[in-house]
Amino acid sequence: MEKVYARTKTIQDDKVSGFCPGCMHSTVIKLIGEVLEEMNLVEKASCVLGIGCCGLHMDYIAYDNITAPHGRACAVATGIKRSNPESLVFTYQGDGDFASIGLAESISAANRGENITVIFINNGIYGMTGGQMAPTTLIGMKASTAPKGRIAEEHGYPMHMCEILNQLTAPAYLERTSCNTPQNVMKTKKAIQKAFQNQLDGKGFSMVEIVTSCPTNWGLEPLDALTYIEEKMLPEFPLGVIRDK
Amino acid sequence: MAKVEIRSESCKSCGYCVKFCPKGVLAVGEKVNSKGYEYVVPVNMDACIACCMCARMCPDAAIEVYK
Repeated sequence: MEKVYARTKTIQDDKVSGFCPGCMHSTVIKLIGEVLEEMNLVEKASCVLGIGCCGLHMDYIAYDNITAPHGRACAVATGIKRSNPESLVFTYQGDGDFASIGLAESISAANRGENITVIFINNGIYGMTGGQMAPTTLIGMKASTAPKGRIAEEHGYPMHMCEILNQLTAPAYLERTSCNTPQNVMKTKKAIQKAFQNQLDGKGFSMVEIVTSCPTNWGLEPLDALTYIEEKMLPEFPLGVIRDK
Repeated sequence: MAKVEIRSESCKSCGYCVKFCPKGVLAVGEKVNSKGYEYVVPVNMDACIACCMCARMCPDAAIEVYK
């Protein structure tokens, strides 16, 4: 019998991820690993991790990674890429890291058109720290810092990072995908592939925003969280290619 | 002939594979692994068509597929 789907070797063989059941961080990490293997880039890869759940896989993956100070992943990636242009440098950040505390670094790196790739996980909430409201939290969505749900008058509106970066001249590629169905998982993999290829081609800043779930902090079973993505998250964060130049 | 292999220790019983298998091959089992999760087991392996939907959805890379 031929193996038609193998566990990627970029995940350590004896490790079980530290993520909660149904968390899609590990889905995306698996996809990144598969792409790195297929493009023969494992040896060249340099992953810059953000702080929070997005950094939980530092000892789960089997390629080079570094954890940046909170929010500063794009700045650290800039340094690595500029000093080692041969490396494939990508950041892996959550919404709190990329869109809140690291907003200045993220937008500045995009505005400079740094030749790096950003994998941005948008699950609408802070995970590791205990379900606080993130810049991407939906209106009405409950968080530990918004027990009655996000109220626009008090907390502002969800931030759409792809659309915000689309106002800049420099970024080369911005796409929003999800992992809630096998089809979307495959689209996400293709988007990551394209974003890495852009970097190899020297096109500049690419970002893939991936809408995922956080069953634990959403207070939902993993399967119910899939429905929540479909019914609530995707209308607010529509999928598709926002820019491709 | 096709089959799936599940690493029971990696399974966290999220149920994504069970939901997206078009042939009803998988089900959440009754035994628990060392972390306390009722891991997924194949219950109808003959129906497997090796479409890999389960493996693609599995967050924990616990499923490998053979054809």
